[in-house]
Amino acid sequence: MEFMGYVRPDGRVGSRNHVAVIPSVTCANDVAIAISRQVQGTVTYQHHHGCCQMPPDLERVTDTLISLGLSPNVAAVLIVSLGCEGTDHERMYREIAASGKHVEIIHVQELGGVSKAIQVGTDIARSLVIEVSGLQRELVDISRAIMAIKCGGSDTTSGMASNCVIGYVADKLVDLGATVIFGETTEFIGGEHLLARRAVNKAVADRIYQIVENMENRAKSIGCDMRRGQPTPGNIAGGLSSIEEKSLGAIMKSGTRPIQGVLDYPEHISDQKGLWIKDTPGREPEILTGMAATGAQFMMFSTGRGAPQGFPSMPVIKICGNPNTYKRMENDMDLNAGLIITGEKTIEQVGEEAFSKMLRVLSGEMTKNETIQYFSSIDIHCLGPVI
Amino acid sequence: MELKLALKVTDKDNVATIFSEGISDGTTVEIRDKKGGSEIETVIGDVPYGHKIAVRDIKKGELIIKYGEEIGMATADIKKGEYVHVHNLDSIRGRGDWSEEDTEAIRSKAAKEEA
Repeated sequence: MEFMGYVRPDGRVGSRNHVAVIPSVTCANDVAIAISRQVQGTVTYQHHHGCCQMPPDLERVTDTLISLGLSPNVAAVLIVSLGCEGTDHERMYREIAASGKHVEIIHVQELGGVSKAIQVGTDIARSLVIEVSGLQRELVDISRAIMAIKCGGSDTTSGMASNCVIGYVADKLVDLGATVIFGETTEFIGGEHLLARRAVNKAVADRIYQIVENMENRAKSIGCDMRRGQPTPGNIAGGLSSIEEKSLGAIMKSGTRPIQGVLDYPEHISDQKGLWIKDTPGREPEILTGMAATGAQFMMFSTGRGAPQGFPSMPVIKICGNPNTYKRMENDMDLNAGLIITGEKTIEQVGEEAFSKMLRVLSGEMTKNETIQYFSSIDIHCLGPVI
Repeated sequence: MELKLALKVTDKDNVATIFSEGISDGTTVEIRDKKGGSEIETVIGDVPYGHKIAVRDIKKGELIIKYGEEIGMATADIKKGEYVHVHNLDSIRGRGDWSEEDTEAIRSKAAKEEA
């Protein structure tokens, strides 16, 4: 089985061919946005970090932005630096360029301000787009696919329909030698024993318990507890009564195959195959960034209530488990897994539909989310305070 | 009459999820399991789409089971057929008001009572 992808100089395969305009700090966002709005073929990331943070977080932001630049869906990169930020923009330039991609960098302060930086950056972005826009897709084996998975705006249909569909696709991809990554550590709470049982060894099992404990302790450290934060008011209105119930439904989407290991939030995957966990929170802006940073070429996203968000450089396929939501929000949902709830289709039938949609999206077909560019609200997950 | 459907995931579950609109106090629903078995139940309370009912009597302090796993604890006595949600089910995880030992104590007490 094969799909048509862009083979990058480092051998990674992309499903998209974007020029990424990456602000190295939140204070450079508006310059990056202006450049990206002007130049077709570019995407940008409006995050809110990169200065006045604790050193481990500054490193985390630098690493995450590097990983976004390394994503195989990105063909070339323009880094927009303010000049005095806390992130290491020189390391960003160096490490992305080491992959063989064309990388350019501008500094707003050095260029004499915002309007001048926008002008210079726009011209650089134009030439990068012209340079990469003629690249051709090649036939590659399905084992080169890297899928990220996520559920958002869950209700009780998620764990019984749409997450089961994603689990079906995940198992099939793993069996074909591809890579699958799931996250949302918060939503392991109450189901971690089931995941630990699937770990390839004791070290991985221990790590799963550890990241869950860390997440639970971070929540408790505020002096109250997680209830009314997770599950969300929308989850509760949808019938989910506790974080445990939400988690047990959520982990259905990881399928049944062994768990190979745990990746840190900014980490980029190299040639690791099989099923992996990435330590992320559940909220969309942060997990989508973390998954795109992994190098995932696309995401399968399950929803019951109707969560519309996507990500600038990672196509997101929406699978809706609630038949009523699908009817109301068909314009935002790519697949209807609600037919499982109504008894009209089986998990396997919708699973096969999802698999063939995936092959088309990997080869260039747009998702509903991409067509309307509903993906500007993104962020990087940091651990310490803003100072 | 239109069939009102509820689904129970495993035999161990003491709740089932209703996937029908317009369920009010006294409505009968058909609870199906994954093996094709079914049972008729009269609902106590008004239950929205996607919400749960008890499939047997559950005592206060007992664990609520779905997918064959615990999803929380009953905070009141719950009758067979009664609506189960945040008003009578509480999470036992991520609780800032409990220590780890409290959670374990609740869990082992519930397990003992069940045995």
